[in-house]
Amino acid sequence: MSERVLLRGNDAIGEAAIRAGCDCYFGYPITPQNELTAYMARHMPELGRIFIQAESEIAAINMVYGASAAGARAMTSSSGPGISLKQEGISFLVGAELPALIVNICRGGPGLGNIAPSQADYFQACKGGGHGDYRMVVYAPATVQEAADLTVKAFDVADRYRNPVLLLGDAILGQMMEPVEIRPYAPNRPEKPWAVGGKRQGRAPNLINSLSLEEGVVEEWNWKFKAKFDAMRREEGMVEKVNTEDADLILVAYGTTSRICRAVMKRARAQGLKVGLVRPVTVWPFPYAVLRETARKTREFLVVEMSLGQMIEDVKLSVLDHAAIHFHGRPGGGIPTEGDILEIIEHVLVRRRTGTVTTRGSVIDWTIS
Amino acid sequence: MEMKIVAERTKLWADKPSPYCPGCGHGIVHRIVCELLEEMGLADNCVFMAPVGCSILAYTFLNVDVCQPAHGRTPAAATGIKRYRPDTFVVSYQGDGDLAAIGTAEIVHAASRGENITTVFVNNAIYGMTGGQMAPTTLPGQKATTCPDGRDVKAGMGYPIRVCELLRSLGGVAYLARTTVHDAAGAIQTKRAMRKAFETQVRGEGFSLVEVLSPCPVNWGMGSLEALRFVGENMTAYYPPGEFKVSGAEV
Ligand SMILES: Cc1ncc(C[n+]2csc(CCOP(=O)(O)OP(=O)(O)O)c2C)c(N)n1
Ligand code: SF4
Repeated sequence: MSERVLLRGNDAIGEAAIRAGCDCYFGYPITPQNELTAYMARHMPELGRIFIQAESEIAAINMVYGASAAGARAMTSSSGPGISLKQEGISFLVGAELPALIVNICRGGPGLGNIAPSQADYFQACKGGGHGDYRMVVYAPATVQEAADLTVKAFDVADRYRNPVLLLGDAILGQMMEPVEIRPYAPNRPEKPWAVGGKRQGRAPNLINSLSLEEGVVEEWNWKFKAKFDAMRREEGMVEKVNTEDADLILVAYGTTSRICRAVMKRARAQGLKVGLVRPVTVWPFPYAVLRETARKTREFLVVEMSLGQMIEDVKLSVLDHAAIHFHGRPGGGIPTEGDILEIIEHVLVRRRTGTVTTRGSVIDWTIS
Repeated sequence: MEMKIVAERTKLWADKPSPYCPGCGHGIVHRIVCELLEEMGLADNCVFMAPVGCSILAYTFLNVDVCQPAHGRTPAAATGIKRYRPDTFVVSYQGDGDLAAIGTAEIVHAASRGENITTVFVNNAIYGMTGGQMAPTTLPGQKATTCPDGRDVKAGMGYPIRVCELLRSLGGVAYLARTTVHDAAGAIQTKRAMRKAFETQVRGEGFSLVEVLSPCPVNWGMGSLEALRFVGENMTAYYPPGEFKVSGAEV
């Protein structure tokens, strides 16, 4: 039986993780994800599952490493500075082929920044914030419902590939309350014959590590990892396209920003401006092919991010020189407004201009040279 | 003549060459761990946590499950395994750089939480694997590549950390001892202490740790015998062997 309840994003992720059979949660306090840690502190022990408030994010991700090595569904969550501390651990998870879920409820940076919403951790999430040649599926939910659904999916995907998965949200998603359909879920848990611990009862010893000093072995592992990453690229990409068929301009945005862009698209359409939206649901794998396809007909793209421009590099890689790419971003906790985005659309589509406009006292620079 | 087998090689150490230098203490400590796992019937559900350090290579010859986490994070990863699978016997093996420098927070908090694991802490007063740099346990005056004129505690290089003394006050620590492997008596004592530490975990009493003073002749620039003497004389003078805690009570 599914229930419809009003939940905050952070709580919905926690509840979804529990329903997905998360056995172990390890966290460390940091705003704006504290509700998630508190939710797990309350509910995991009730169910006889493991909750530990670790001494640091480094310890938390390494507890995940151990629990996952022992076969658990394990997760941790944090925000910017804490996710930076987990990068070594994430690289080790990939290297040792351990599944796990990492949640980043992103805040303004760099440095300690602030606790406002941000999308400035895109590079870190998608381009390998840790060392070594690795990839992982990165989900970027736009609603509380989607955050819950993708959390459940993330555990399955992590297990399927024996690779960590990252859920990338922001302070708005984490804090916002929305009605959510919490669905019953029978966790699809594969056997883990590779796990360590428990009674061996005759099986050969297992080894969880990411080191080999033998010549060629680590290169061989990397080729094996590439095959997994290629499979993720083929199988796991998710993208939403809205009104792209006849669009003169396509907005590209993910997560919270995509909600703002969706509202802008409606307002623009009401004014007779043919605007569409492409929303990557996975920011890795990135929907290069979908964007490339839309660029056959549409000549103008406007990328909107809560950063100085990070995803735009992937949009450029998709569209290349087949269309003009404009950008509007607000860094450090700033939130793009519908008015500003609409203003740019009008300039591009109606006044046929590029460059900078000044509206209501603020300067919006949108042209990418 | 009738022959009786009085001692056998441990079966947990596969018939492979030791990856350690001649005269290294790691091999002795591994062997003690293996013998106890066999004698106490723990091998079948043991996870050996290999640290980042020379003993990372334990995975190449140990016949038990091995998990190898990042440098210094072994106690945190061991926590994850033990909490999820309490039926697992966890040996968390660490060197002094791993435990007392980069991983200081992890060992202190695993100990303070009373994680029911056994840490085998091999103190060789040097960074072995990376080629002989100063460790947090390098003795005053002792030379290393990063203190070529000897550790000068007054010149900002700091004092060697006495790990057992540091951990003694933590509530979660059930068993704590320091031993040496520089002679036969020390090795016997080490095995005795390690057995008590293992029993502590089997009884579920909480965190146990045995610090073993151990030679690294290669990076100390000494011969094997000279290195053993250095452990027996210089190291034991700064790091007095003995039991610090038994069943949670200070000795
Ligand atoms: C994050 C990180 N920093 C540094 C290193 C390099 N490193 C490998 S082993 C080691 C020190 C090992 O010394 P110790 O723990 O005393 O063990 P030993 O080799 O002496 O047994 C260091 C610094 C690393 N692997 N990872
Ligand atoms: S370098 Fe030192 S600790 Fe490492 S194997 Fe050689 S003797 Fe042992």
